[in-house]
Amino acid sequence: MSIGIGNRGNVQGLTTHKLGCIRGERAVFAGLDLALNPGRAMLLSGPNGSGKSSLLRVLAGLLPAAGGRVDWEGTDVTEDRDGHRARVAYIGHADPLKPSLTAAENLAFWAKLYGFDPDIEPALFQFAIEPLADVPVRYLSAGQRRRVTLARLALGQNSQAGPTLWLLDEPATGLDPGAVSMLANTILAHLSNEGVAIISTHGGRLDALLNDHADRFDMHEFAA
Amino acid sequence: MIGLCLLIRRDLRLAFRGGTDAMMGVIFFVLAAILFPFGVGPDAAILPRIGGGIIWVVALLAALLSLERMFAGDHEDGSLDLLYLSPVSLGQLALAKAIAHWLTSGVLLLIASPVLALLYNLPSSAFLPLVATMALGTPTLSLVGAIGAALTLGARRGGVLLALLLLPLYIPVLIFDAGAIDGAIAGRDITPQLMILGGFLLAALALAPWATAAALRQAIE
Repeated sequence: MSIGIGNRGNVQGLTTHKLGCIRGERAVFAGLDLALNPGRAMLLSGPNGSGKSSLLRVLAGLLPAAGGRVDWEGTDVTEDRDGHRARVAYIGHADPLKPSLTAAENLAFWAKLYGFDPDIEPALFQFAIEPLADVPVRYLSAGQRRRVTLARLALGQNSQAGPTLWLLDEPATGLDPGAVSMLANTILAHLSNEGVAIISTHGGRLDALLNDHADRFDMHEFAA
Repeated sequence: MIGLCLLIRRDLRLAFRGGTDAMMGVIFFVLAAILFPFGVGPDAAILPRIGGGIIWVVALLAALLSLERMFAGDHEDGSLDLLYLSPVSLGQLALAKAIAHWLTSGVLLLIASPVLALLYNLPSSAFLPLVATMALGTPTLSLVGAIGAALTLGARRGGVLLALLLLPLYIPVLIFDAGAIDGAIAGRDITPQLMILGGFLLAALALAPWATAAALRQAIE
């Protein structure tokens, strides 16, 4: 049935072909081709409104693509939406935490819902939030909330068959240098495990820490 | 199934921790229903005549009050994206939300309704039918309400829009609920009305989660 890409079995990681996105009747980007091999990260850069967040949401399957396709290991991800959802870990701008629940309760809920290892202690330690485990999230600072959100990545990492495709939308916002290092170490461990990560950034410490393992991608070239 | 229970437990816990928010619907229900006799006057003939209808209209408005927040919190803090990416389908999410909404509003209305029946001097023969219509009608309100809550996600003045969308859909439930109570007071057989209400509930159970899921998908985009 399928023609064109040939040798499908050998295609690895994530590729996009002529990907486009339209938001509110305005084309955000068009004709976007990118390829990312397992074990590599991609740092998305570009000015505000250049479509970094939209691209991450399209790759996660949260937004429909307006033309083009996203392939994982050579197969269109829309052919197996459930399979694609299972391989995605998405961190957006907002912290999906409930203020009245404690940090541990918030994390435990996501772990159980996603079928991850219910033992959340290692994830708490990984982002140094174990002293805050029993504090309701409403009393946490913005940076502490961000750490709790990011600890979700560690939950998947510590589980069997956790997500392989990490889509992180400015994950280091509000983090202190120590926490950025914890995040970078988490991402590097993921990459060394043949994982893939796409991270939108505006430069800074995280960029520098990931530099040796990351390709760079400027959204500016694909502005529609 | 495990996902469904997890979601319901989480919503109940949030409602419980939220304290007054969850109780607001039932407090509004009781207060509004108490006001009517003051306005209408203490005529022992009129109150039982209009009691069933008023209790139901107020119950409907009380359910509407808490509907707006059904998905709004998860939409605002990005939880909805994660729920969509989780192994739980949007249909299951819709069903879980409707069940949690019913447990935190419909059940409380159900418990409060016999007290209000006393206030309206309803004959004792109408108590059981009132509770029966509540038991059959309020889950329908939650299930159909979930569609409206999902459709108005992200809309400005969502609350007003929600009322405009849902009140027409609630009219059939209201008609048969009030009809059943009237029938019971007049000593007629109310099985047909209860059967129809049961039919509404089954139809809503089958169709509403599906429609809600489609609306949620739109909201995520």
